[in-house]
Amino acid sequence: MSVNRRKFLEMTGAVAALGLSTKGLELIAKDSAHGNGNSSAIRWAMVIDLSKFMNNPQLTKKCVDACIKEHNIPKIENENHQIKWIWEEPYTHAFIEQENEKLPNAIKDMPVLLLCNHCDNPPCTDVCPTQATWRRDSDGVVMMDWHRCIGCRYCMAACPYGSRSFNWFDPRPDIDNMHADYPTRKKGVVEKCTFCDERLSRGQIPACVEVSEGAMIFGNLNEPLSPVRRTLANRFSLRRKPELGTHPEIYYIL
Amino acid sequence: MLEKVFYGSKKYWLWMITLIIIIGIGTGAFMHQFWDGLGVTGMNRDVTWGFYIAQFTFLVGVAASAVMVVLPYYLHDYKKFSKITILGEFLAIGAVIMCMTFIFVDMGQPTRIMNVFFYPSPKSPMFWDSVSLMGYLILNILISRYSLDAEKKGIAPPKWIKPFIIISIPWAVSIHTVTAFLYSGLAARPFWMSAIMAPRFLATAFAAGPALLIILCLFLKKVSNFDVGKEPVKKLALIATYAMLLNIFFLSLELFTALYSGMSHHIAHFQFLYFGLDGNYTLVPFMWASTILAVIAIIITLVPKWRNTENTLLVGMIAIFLSIWLDKGLGMIVAGFTPNTLGYVVPYWPSVTEFLISLGIFGLGIFIITGLYKIVLTVRRQLKPY
Amino acid sequence: MYNSGKVIIGILVFIGIFISPFLLNFGGGQAHTKPDPKIPVQYEKCIEDVEYMKAYHMDMLNEWRDLVVRENQRFMQFEGSKIEMSLSKTCMKCHSSKVDFCDECHNYLDVNPYCWDCHVTPEEVQ
Repeated sequence: MSVNRRKFLEMTGAVAALGLSTKGLELIAKDSAHGNGNSSAIRWAMVIDLSKFMNNPQLTKKCVDACIKEHNIPKIENENHQIKWIWEEPYTHAFIEQENEKLPNAIKDMPVLLLCNHCDNPPCTDVCPTQATWRRDSDGVVMMDWHRCIGCRYCMAACPYGSRSFNWFDPRPDIDNMHADYPTRKKGVVEKCTFCDERLSRGQIPACVEVSEGAMIFGNLNEPLSPVRRTLANRFSLRRKPELGTHPEIYYIL
Repeated sequence: MLEKVFYGSKKYWLWMITLIIIIGIGTGAFMHQFWDGLGVTGMNRDVTWGFYIAQFTFLVGVAASAVMVVLPYYLHDYKKFSKITILGEFLAIGAVIMCMTFIFVDMGQPTRIMNVFFYPSPKSPMFWDSVSLMGYLILNILISRYSLDAEKKGIAPPKWIKPFIIISIPWAVSIHTVTAFLYSGLAARPFWMSAIMAPRFLATAFAAGPALLIILCLFLKKVSNFDVGKEPVKKLALIATYAMLLNIFFLSLELFTALYSGMSHHIAHFQFLYFGLDGNYTLVPFMWASTILAVIAIIITLVPKWRNTENTLLVGMIAIFLSIWLDKGLGMIVAGFTPNTLGYVVPYWPSVTEFLISLGIFGLGIFIITGLYKIVLTVRRQLKPY
Repeated sequence: MYNSGKVIIGILVFIGIFISPFLLNFGGGQAHTKPDPKIPVQYEKCIEDVEYMKAYHMDMLNEWRDLVVRENQRFMQFEGSKIEMSLSKTCMKCHSSKVDFCDECHNYLDVNPYCWDCHVTPEEVQ
């Protein structure tokens, strides 16, 4: 069979296009910086026991303060510019999708600790134009790279849970007891809870969990005997806005 | 051809110097924002996008509307648009530059903007938006430069420009579709998460853009005797009319879906816009103004006698432009964030700095468009004195 | 030459502006002082030699940044022990004064790395 020049070029072009298209599909389906949520060796998750917090009014502040201290988080007076990695909201706002007028007032006002849900399918990492935030394949943590963030705040628009904060000014003047064990951030970048990734890499649990007196349970969902798996197997649990398809990994038990 | 911006009447120079001063004030305000941080704006932890992004959204529509003159002329040989195509392309260039500048001033770390291109993120609509805006700017500069150059020399434009012109047509549709995708894919924001976001964006673009182009043509006729002719203006007015009708139809579709379904977290945003929510009525007067202007616009433009008389046409086009600006450039973005994901209503209003920077950017756009139009007018006057 | 007066004045103004840095530093300005970074007292051994650090410390720190933040590799082996790849916690344990060490050369070269916008120096700890 003889192949003339035109046919040869057409075949080469078709094969190249096919090769490029599969590569292109591969690129889009699986970004180099993060994976597709199913291949994690570890899948960190947290269970928050709401009744333990309800019965101990000082506990939420203790957990929030531990985070603030660990990460040089500024205490900003202006409510509209606050940096909140973990914070307290009443039940009605934390679980706003659970509209239920007939709940007892004690439940409606119950303090709920909110933080980044470290979703399995995070909308924030999809929208980031620089991959300054991404989901770590190895353990499911949704990470932040403050060297790369351009401060476009698209991730803040995409997060259904209000977990992200922006540095509207230089945070340093508002930091109490600044230490050198964790960098501060600078104005113009978005920040959030990173599941204490600096502690995880040293085999420690997150700072909030450590001081929570058992009200917060942290562990590996992929490990059947982990505290989170055992707790979730025996208790009714809630997640925030599950209908959005984000697969959040913070579970709340009552 | 660029040297033609330096020659003009006293009024022209006064206009340009005023614009330079406005741009200077905007730059000064931006330096304040750059050194102190975006906290000098009115934005906050809950309303994280505000006036800047709203202007960007509105202006992408104006930029895309160039396709409304390019498509009939180049694709369907509608000769009546021959004088007006370049004006549409130059308007697009000015609008795209304003878009990019509004994005730039909205960033927390603008010096890192190249990260978007160093670390491409194919899953991010914002990445694709940067690519498409850049491409659209380059396309329009290329096309307008070579077609105006050919017109000046009295010859046909080079053959190779034709594919670029053809590409610019779907590309124009794509820049506004991608911008719509920025919003319509976010599960977190029920006000934006609507399939009709992209069609609505296109409808408002094809109404506001031609409206602005008509306003500019009438203005050019008044200040410099340059007349594009009655036919192109008539046709553009018809296009703007149909597009505005579509826009109003789409808006009513959105209202139906939200209100008939009764879903509270959808209704809340419309309630905030038109009736106020939790004691916050900031945008209510503006949304009703937008509605009233839309009604006025439709009444004027639907009556052929009024649509084709210059005085009433001008009123109708201003009404279309303002109505859409109030809806897209003031209402849409803030309403997406109010109430926020936890159900709180957090007020937002642009600060003085934010306003001055925006004014500076509008000044920059008007400056660029004036300069480019000056070139066209001078070239045409030299070809055939008018 | 037309307008020779204006042209010559213009040329003189340009020359003046062009050589102004030299004029300003004449007789002992900042550019004259050679940088004198204070070598740390408890100097045992840096993880690389001086020549390497002079040339590559910026690249090394960028590499550390990507390894720690993006690759989740926080530790490296150095002479049998595990050290943390951290500017604040490792480098600045010995080079504990930014003013006396880092700033000396950086100021001389008018380089402004923004590391310390975020990374806390021992001097800044409250």
